[in-house]
Amino acid sequence: MTDAVSPEQGSARLAAWTEAELGVEGRVLDVVRAPAGVLSARGDDVDPTSAETVQLAADLVATMRVSPGCVGLAANQVGVGVRVFCVDVTEHPKSRTLHGTFVLCNAEVVESSRNERAREGCMSVPDFTGDVKRASRLTVRGFLPGTGEEVVFATDAFEARALQHEIDHTDGFLFLDRVAGAHAIHPRQTYL
Amino acid sequence: MSNDLYAVTVLGHDRPGIIAETTAGLAGLGLNIEDSTMTLLRGHFAMMLLCRGAVEGSAVESALAPLAVGGDLDVSVRPVAEGAASGAGGTAWVLTVHGGDRPGIVSEVVGQVASAGGNITDLTTRLAGELYLLVAELDLPVGSDVAAVEAGIRAAAERVGVTATLRPVEADEL
Repeated sequence: MTDAVSPEQGSARLAAWTEAELGVEGRVLDVVRAPAGVLSARGDDVDPTSAETVQLAADLVATMRVSPGCVGLAANQVGVGVRVFCVDVTEHPKSRTLHGTFVLCNAEVVESSRNERAREGCMSVPDFTGDVKRASRLTVRGFLPGTGEEVVFATDAFEARALQHEIDHTDGFLFLDRVAGAHAIHPRQTYL
Repeated sequence: MSNDLYAVTVLGHDRPGIIAETTAGLAGLGLNIEDSTMTLLRGHFAMMLLCRGAVEGSAVESALAPLAVGGDLDVSVRPVAEGAASGAGGTAWVLTVHGGDRPGIVSEVVGQVASAGGNITDLTTRLAGELYLLVAELDLPVGSDVAAVEAGIRAAAERVGVTATLRPVEADEL
């Protein structure tokens, strides 16, 4: 197995990846909501090649697919305290660079720049949105479930935002922990 | 007649037109609205504003009295002294606290800010289902041991079963 370590190789590998590589059927799981403790604790690193991780990866994708508007889901959000998440921003109008559907294990930000402020929501915090400043140019390192390949890749715009949101989840942070100020929280519903 | 500063608060049941009626009353007296803030607190209208003009307080009260006729809005007018300039220097921070709702979260956490000489300059708290959320902006005095303040806040948050994050305010100077 040759790890795809350059950003160009990593980007191509990630774009080619689909959940079919996992070879297992994903199950739709319940999404937990704040203040569940699992959302505020850093997850454990995983063995990307283990059967549990592969099944979890498939479950995350299956759960994301059936959730309207969902562009990413972290393992903490289905109650599993490990550092795994999926992303797919293909249909989002604010996306520029796209890698389709992918799952990453033990991911971390390698480089980030060009902060931009935008409003975010989260399935685990359904009652609020918040204005969060995130890098719009991003380089990430992570491991693919199943093969365990390391990928390093660069992305931008909305995919970069989604990745930072999900990596934050794996580290035990919600977007609430990143909001720009006291007036940067917005209730989604009124109480009339 | 001097150029007085008045604090006007309007609280109560929300409906369209409250701000329009309030500001029309103030404009009719030639009052100038300076700082103001308005929000909905669990659906209740809440507005505070500072306005200035050469009028008696009783005249402001009379102008706004129609707002309270329906019985579902409280309006108060009171003169205020000129605000003192906030302390120069120091550093600005954003504090987020969230977790399961229970009494005492705010007092436990902001007590740590106060004991460090910190000054909260903006505060929002929200309750949604079981989730309690506090976001505050605060200034810490020059020379503060920020790591110690943060540790105190985190420990306080832990005592009431919530998590706290303190981070610097990011202002992009252009």
